[in-house]
Amino acid sequence: MALDSKVPSGSISDKWTNYKDHINLVNPANKRNIDIIVVGTGLAGGSAAATLAELGYNVKTFCFQDSPRRAHSIAAQGGINAAKNYQGDGDSTFRLFYDTIKGGDYRSREANVHRLAEVSTNIIDQCVMQGVPLAREYGGLLDNRSFGGTLVARTFYAKGQTGQQLLLGAYSAMNRQIGRGKIKPHNRHEMLDLVVVDGKARGIIARDLVTGEIERHSAHAVVIASGGYGNVFFLSTYAMGSNATAAWKIHKKGAFFANPCYTQIHPTCIPVSGEHQSKLTLMSESLRNDGRIWVPAKLEDAQAIREGKKKPADLSEEDRDYYLERRYPSFGNLVPRDVASRAAKERCDAGFGVNKTGEAVYLDFASAIQRYGKEQAYIKGLDANNTKLIIDLGAAVVANKYGNLFQMYEKIVDEDPYKTPMMIYPAVHYTMGGTWVDYNLQTTIPGCFSIGESNFSDHGANRLGASALMQGLADGYFVLPYTIGDYLAPDIKTGTISTDLPEFVEAEKKVKDQIEKFINNNGTHSVDYFHKKLGKIMWDKVGMARNAKGLTEAIEEIAALREEFYKDVKVPGTADSFNQELEKAGRVADFLELGELFAKDALHRNESCGGHFREEYQSEDGEAQRDDENFAYVAAWEYKGKPSDAVLHKEPLVFENIKLVTRSYK
Amino acid sequence: MALSGLFLISFLSLHFFINMVSVFSADSFNAMSHFMGYNPLIQFVMQPVLIAGVVFHFVMGFVLELKNRNARPISYVKYNGAANASWASRNMIISGVVVLAFLGLHMYDFWFAEMNYKYIAVNTINETRYYEELVHKFESPVRTGLYCIAFVLLSLHLWHGFNSSFQSVGFANKYAKALHKLGYAFAIVIPFGFIFIALFHHFNHI
Amino acid sequence: MKLTLQIWRQKNAKAEGKIVEYPIDGIEEDMSFLEMLDVLNEQLINKGDEPVSFDHDCREGICGSCSLFINGEAHGPDRGIPTCQLHMRMFKDGDTIFIEPFRAAAFPVIKDLVVDRSAFDRIQHAGGFVSVNTSGNPVDANTIPIPKHDADRAFDAATCIGCGACVATCKNSSAMLFVAAKVSQYALLPQGRVEATDRVLNMVAQMDAEGFGNCTNTGACEVECPKGISLDYIAQMNREYLSASIKG
Repeated sequence: MALDSKVPSGSISDKWTNYKDHINLVNPANKRNIDIIVVGTGLAGGSAAATLAELGYNVKTFCFQDSPRRAHSIAAQGGINAAKNYQGDGDSTFRLFYDTIKGGDYRSREANVHRLAEVSTNIIDQCVMQGVPLAREYGGLLDNRSFGGTLVARTFYAKGQTGQQLLLGAYSAMNRQIGRGKIKPHNRHEMLDLVVVDGKARGIIARDLVTGEIERHSAHAVVIASGGYGNVFFLSTYAMGSNATAAWKIHKKGAFFANPCYTQIHPTCIPVSGEHQSKLTLMSESLRNDGRIWVPAKLEDAQAIREGKKKPADLSEEDRDYYLERRYPSFGNLVPRDVASRAAKERCDAGFGVNKTGEAVYLDFASAIQRYGKEQAYIKGLDANNTKLIIDLGAAVVANKYGNLFQMYEKIVDEDPYKTPMMIYPAVHYTMGGTWVDYNLQTTIPGCFSIGESNFSDHGANRLGASALMQGLADGYFVLPYTIGDYLAPDIKTGTISTDLPEFVEAEKKVKDQIEKFINNNGTHSVDYFHKKLGKIMWDKVGMARNAKGLTEAIEEIAALREEFYKDVKVPGTADSFNQELEKAGRVADFLELGELFAKDALHRNESCGGHFREEYQSEDGEAQRDDENFAYVAAWEYKGKPSDAVLHKEPLVFENIKLVTRSYK
Repeated sequence: MALSGLFLISFLSLHFFINMVSVFSADSFNAMSHFMGYNPLIQFVMQPVLIAGVVFHFVMGFVLELKNRNARPISYVKYNGAANASWASRNMIISGVVVLAFLGLHMYDFWFAEMNYKYIAVNTINETRYYEELVHKFESPVRTGLYCIAFVLLSLHLWHGFNSSFQSVGFANKYAKALHKLGYAFAIVIPFGFIFIALFHHFNHI
Repeated sequence: MKLTLQIWRQKNAKAEGKIVEYPIDGIEEDMSFLEMLDVLNEQLINKGDEPVSFDHDCREGICGSCSLFINGEAHGPDRGIPTCQLHMRMFKDGDTIFIEPFRAAAFPVIKDLVVDRSAFDRIQHAGGFVSVNTSGNPVDANTIPIPKHDADRAFDAATCIGCGACVATCKNSSAMLFVAAKVSQYALLPQGRVEATDRVLNMVAQMDAEGFGNCTNTGACEVECPKGISLDYIAQMNREYLSASIKG
């Protein structure tokens, strides 16, 4: 099967407008005869559900959390990009488009990214109208900050809780439609299979997580907005419940899975503290606006710090290595995430790590506090030579900008980041890969759409900061509601889809069989035991730096672990009750397949690009080396029974508007 | 609750003012008491309003308490209320019941006697009897003691009630801080002032 | 660290529940409270018992999933954080820790420590929104300047994570702080002002219908709120409600 991306013809800046002008529309009176299922209620799913319901479709939403408001989009801290150019620093749709393509290391589809940049401004307008309290300046206008990988300040934010505010905005739009009866929410429900009838997605099988009941739900189209698969690493900044089950189930039913190896390792997370660790906490990238990253310049200092004999403040300026500023003078601490993460790993691998495990670097606010303090003293006409006063004034400015992040850090680490530098280390944070979709955001299964982080489309091999919120909302508010109409136009006379069709019966039986198997397995190890083992393989061999040998081993180890899991997993409790271990078992079963495909994809991609770094393919000074001649394509995998049998389909990436060059932030 | 509470607070202030006068001048006290006792506006308009206010306040208090208890049918095994709220705020029902009981005694002591004097026995008007009646009541150490205890509880009731009333009617602006302080001052000055009056008469005129 | 846990166990919504004692050893100071429960659950599973169910998701203090009434306080003894950010360094070796579900008639127990907080969602359905459609051509975001002070106050109200600690900790099980935060956020912004009257009446009516208790201004909610949402918002809502009631 050849992949058809269905990108409209015409010049890049007219494609989306022309496309919208010529697609099929569904008459408002007919929309009420059409049902749509949306799985996942984060930024993408929530905004899509609300907008589709506003248009008149009957929407059913599904989320495993007890309320749509708890989806993990809520944890996004830093901001959302939009090419508003409110700061007058030369931003434009083209620049945002260009930065996103370049940031993604030239592995994303031009037409999709341009559309994203185009609608980015609408998102801000829409959210402000909804009452989202974005940060403002004293004049009452919206404020911006700058984020990694760009030379303009285009990031809108709400302190360190931008994702929360935007999600609550989408949730409020959903609430309005729930109140009107146009959205029927199914919270504490988990989708466990997709039902395909005559080649089209026509419904899902879901489990009511409270009663354990297996339910059939039909619709004319199914939208998957279930987020990314970073929890395949066990330790990540994802929520504990974030899972790939919906995305993986549709993959098994025929949706191709694209670029699974593109994973973002975020540079600024709180380091692992011990064996018991259950998750990692992100410190917003916005901190790099003011924080300077360093490690000791001398190995003996690093060792003394690790042993607790020296404190970071004991080191003079010349004994510190601000390695990002040293290596990348033009972007400094604001290089893109993949670059910053690898640089931290490089220093720690070389023995300069600063915590007990040797896997941490400093993020230091002392100079920002000084700078702001002096600024404030000048403004207020106070004594600029009073050290204590300067520190107090500066700390107040920093607290105003990042207060909640500093507080979070202190609660977790028990150190005061105003006084001593933060310790940070990279952690798994986002997956750029995901379900393959065409320009319409439709997967290779007709009627099954994938939006937000769960698809692969916009970020290439690396996502820039503040772009995930933008993409989720762009897909949900402004793209899918158009493209899905084009697909649904012929369905206006279909009528309600019966859930008694044999396809529903069969899918339900398979789901029930798997649940029964888990409950009656009576093995010896908990689900977490296997999940942690999988995570260790992934982190060690498919993590920040990969090589052919490690990947080959990982593939074998994961396959073996999967077998052991099915033989030996122990799931207590019953199938017909609230059972969190059973929920986890299903998710980990899917991760155990996805992880293998992930490694397989990483092994086949013989180049380094963005978040995918192959040790064999790097320049002399350790920068990633792309191979545009052989790998400028999307790798879309077709399921054939086992991850090892997956078949590769290539969608060539054609760059008509941007010249491929080596990405440089020096 | 809040509005009736605010109304009772204003009545309390007036009551306090008149009683305080008794400490300084028996004559003025008699004059004021006589005015309050025989002015038709006070007697036939303000007095029923006051009674209605008191009844409304305590009936609503009980209804509120009952509703709020029903809002948590299964209680906590361990509940550390002191960790986040003052005793006074958590126990308005206790301080309220004590003040209500005191009110019964107080009505029996003064109001019933007064009603009897004026309307049932229909005695002649005596413009100077009030001060003596007052002093006479505080001869008993038991009664004086009960009054003092009740006033401490009233203080606690006001400590929370004063500011709570303003919060309930939506008072939150730059004057709120000052008002809070005033509320606490009120909750101390008025009840302890009453205690002072009671003790003053108890010890000065045996 | 060695601890004695006293945990509420309840099979399902209809079953009777009770406190069950679990001794636990080897707890480290750096563990979060939920990681301590993970350790307990791993032990229970290995012994063949059913693990303790509890709600949790992001484990970074923002999703509002985690609840737990720990030693008589919502989210435990620390301030300004939900349970997932509570760390074991707040406890001492040998401590006994009571762990109960959030309790209120409007928050029925689903299992063990998991409660149903959908009443909060229904209050939001009643009016927690600005009625604006997604059109792609609304006015530019900077057309209406909003004073920074108002925007900041709206933001502070909007940081509510909907965890329910206010209800759980209130001696009256009142949801006033939660509702006030939402009402105030919109009331403070010009976009939300248009529907302010209907919003406050509808949301308060739904709050009462859900069986929450009444606010007596004890202020416990403000103290226990992981996001430190101020009581001033309750005053603001009272004001909104009074004026809406008069306007009708």
